[in-house]
Amino acid sequence: MNKPTNRTLTVALLLAALSLLAGCSTVPVLAPDSQAPLRRYEDVVKTPTEQQLLRVSDPIEGFNRGAYRFNYNFDKYLFLPVVKGYRFVMPDYAEQRVSNFYDNIFEFTNFTNSLLQLKWKKTGITTARFAINSTVGIAGLWDPATKWGLRRQSEDFGQTLGHYGVSNGAYIVLPVAGPSNVRDTTGLVVDSVAFNTVDPLNFDSNQEWEAPFNALYAVDKRKRIPFRYYDTGSPFEYELVRMLNTQYRAFQVAD
Amino acid sequence: MRRLLLLLALPLALAFGGSPAGAAIQPYFYPFVNPYEATVMDLPAAYVAKLPEEVPTKIFKLTIFPERKIPDVFWYEDGLVCSLAPQKGKAPLIFVIAGTGSKFNSPTMLKLQRAYYQAGFHVVSITSPTHMNFVVNASESAVPGDVRADARDLYRVMQAAWEKVRDDVDVSSFALAGYSLGGIQAAFVSLLDEERKNFDFRKVLLLNPPVSLFNSVTALDRLLVENIGGEENFIPWFQTVLYNLAAVSREMGYMELTGEFIYKAYKIRPPVEQNLKALIGLSFRMDSANMIFTADVMNGGGYIVPTKAKLNNSTSLTPYAMVAYRTSFVDYFHEYFSPYWRKKEPGLTEQALIDRLSLRSIEPYLRSAEKIGLLTNEDDVILVPGEIEYLQQVFGDRAKIFPTGGHLGNLNHPDAVRYMNGFLTGKEL
Repeated sequence: MNKPTNRTLTVALLLAALSLLAGCSTVPVLAPDSQAPLRRYEDVVKTPTEQQLLRVSDPIEGFNRGAYRFNYNFDKYLFLPVVKGYRFVMPDYAEQRVSNFYDNIFEFTNFTNSLLQLKWKKTGITTARFAINSTVGIAGLWDPATKWGLRRQSEDFGQTLGHYGVSNGAYIVLPVAGPSNVRDTTGLVVDSVAFNTVDPLNFDSNQEWEAPFNALYAVDKRKRIPFRYYDTGSPFEYELVRMLNTQYRAFQVAD
Repeated sequence: MRRLLLLLALPLALAFGGSPAGAAIQPYFYPFVNPYEATVMDLPAAYVAKLPEEVPTKIFKLTIFPERKIPDVFWYEDGLVCSLAPQKGKAPLIFVIAGTGSKFNSPTMLKLQRAYYQAGFHVVSITSPTHMNFVVNASESAVPGDVRADARDLYRVMQAAWEKVRDDVDVSSFALAGYSLGGIQAAFVSLLDEERKNFDFRKVLLLNPPVSLFNSVTALDRLLVENIGGEENFIPWFQTVLYNLAAVSREMGYMELTGEFIYKAYKIRPPVEQNLKALIGLSFRMDSANMIFTADVMNGGGYIVPTKAKLNNSTSLTPYAMVAYRTSFVDYFHEYFSPYWRKKEPGLTEQALIDRLSLRSIEPYLRSAEKIGLLTNEDDVILVPGEIEYLQQVFGDRAKIFPTGGHLGNLNHPDAVRYMNGFLTGKEL
């Protein structure tokens, strides 16, 4: 029952790799005759460091920037072409059914975490959604619950930790999965272990389905995220994504 | 950047009440009477011209300076990206130039692409010379902002783009359009073409252009600083915006990043003008910060980064980002841009430089060139008092000036689309 799955193992391996790669230097190399710029940081930036929006704890920035670059290449040469192929062969209608199916299955995560945070309303809505969409919505392929005013309540274990006062910890760019932090990465692992432990789809006795389930999940998830690496037109994209992810997660925790 | 504006407009729309500026009916049925609202808000679907949802688009890359060594920090830059929307048969080809900080497929560019495609043009979309992709790959000086130099860069790009697509399309004649900064640049490109005659544009359309670049950037810079209570107040102001974003989404029970959703929020409680102004200023500040950093790195540093610094793909740019976001366009103008051009042309004064970055500097040409048309709005927020009257007077009956619409707010309004396509095809209605 408790066997670690591919997903859990991958995350664990990546975390181990992080500690090895954290040492890359992120400081620019200066020439002996380099001159300070006209607008120096020391003169221009007067606000205290802790109040900087762009200043997010990022002790493994060297690794993170590498992972960010890796994700760009992974997207370019593998992920996005696969997503493109998927979109080409699948009718839009069928794609929507797939998305709904995964949303419905992973109500599991929303349910457990709403419950852990003692958010009764969210727990109730999530339970009702799952009941309606699994029956009227035929195994979650359709989503009548949203039409009836029961909107999806996203809660994960990162948010649960945040709810009980655990702070972000250092920023982490996960290979493939993208921006995260120590708290939310822990959350990912815990949610994944919980899902595999309860095993609602009974992969334990249908092991041949597990890999396709995870692969299609990844493709569906990427399909739904319009973000493209190095497409914002800003040389500070890394900083902006880090800031927005941090703010966005804080906002999700507060919700 | 419009997406960002929409995102940030949302909390302002609900968190502060007050202004009674509702959806009053204008002569041409434009839903926003407040110019700042018009500039920020997407036109609701009911007011939008019917345009093709999607047009066949080919994306291609141009290498303008094959010898140029791209700095490591821009390792992901490998050519200027443009697009072509080809017609099936013989048709005129229009080049469209994006506004400040925007690229070939920005939301406004897509609106124009669809409108001109519908009118029967092959459409070639070109990224703004102020965008990082253009500065790195296609700007000769890599110090953007001098409209004459920008026009030469654009002309070179248009020639290269034409070489690239000429076998794929059957072209009868050429036209040119540009919006905002791209509008004033289009005027200078047209002037350059009178000399070089590569395209011999039949029609040139300037959409919401500045009259004086310096006046407009000064106005945009002020929008941010004056409406958040001084630059040092930015962080608390921005945190309030984010805090309100959370509050709004709780109140509505959900959140979407769509124009329709934001319009719904807007209808419940209209936004405070001060915050809209600050948002427009912030969007401009972010675009110019990108440009300034890029220009500095491309020229060896000295302004934001140290000289001869080796920045590579794992260098932290955070301190430079913080400095760049605290640098206004006017700072850049006085401290970097103006010294750069004055060093190149001894004897050039700053006032002379400001004067030549203006439509006024080519007024006789604009008065006489029947092929050039203008579309703008009386309440365009990048114009200063007197400039609308000036445009009216110079362009006469070639000027179409709507009473409302702010800066670029109404380009996909049916009346604007009808005017643009009528002018470009020579079948004025």
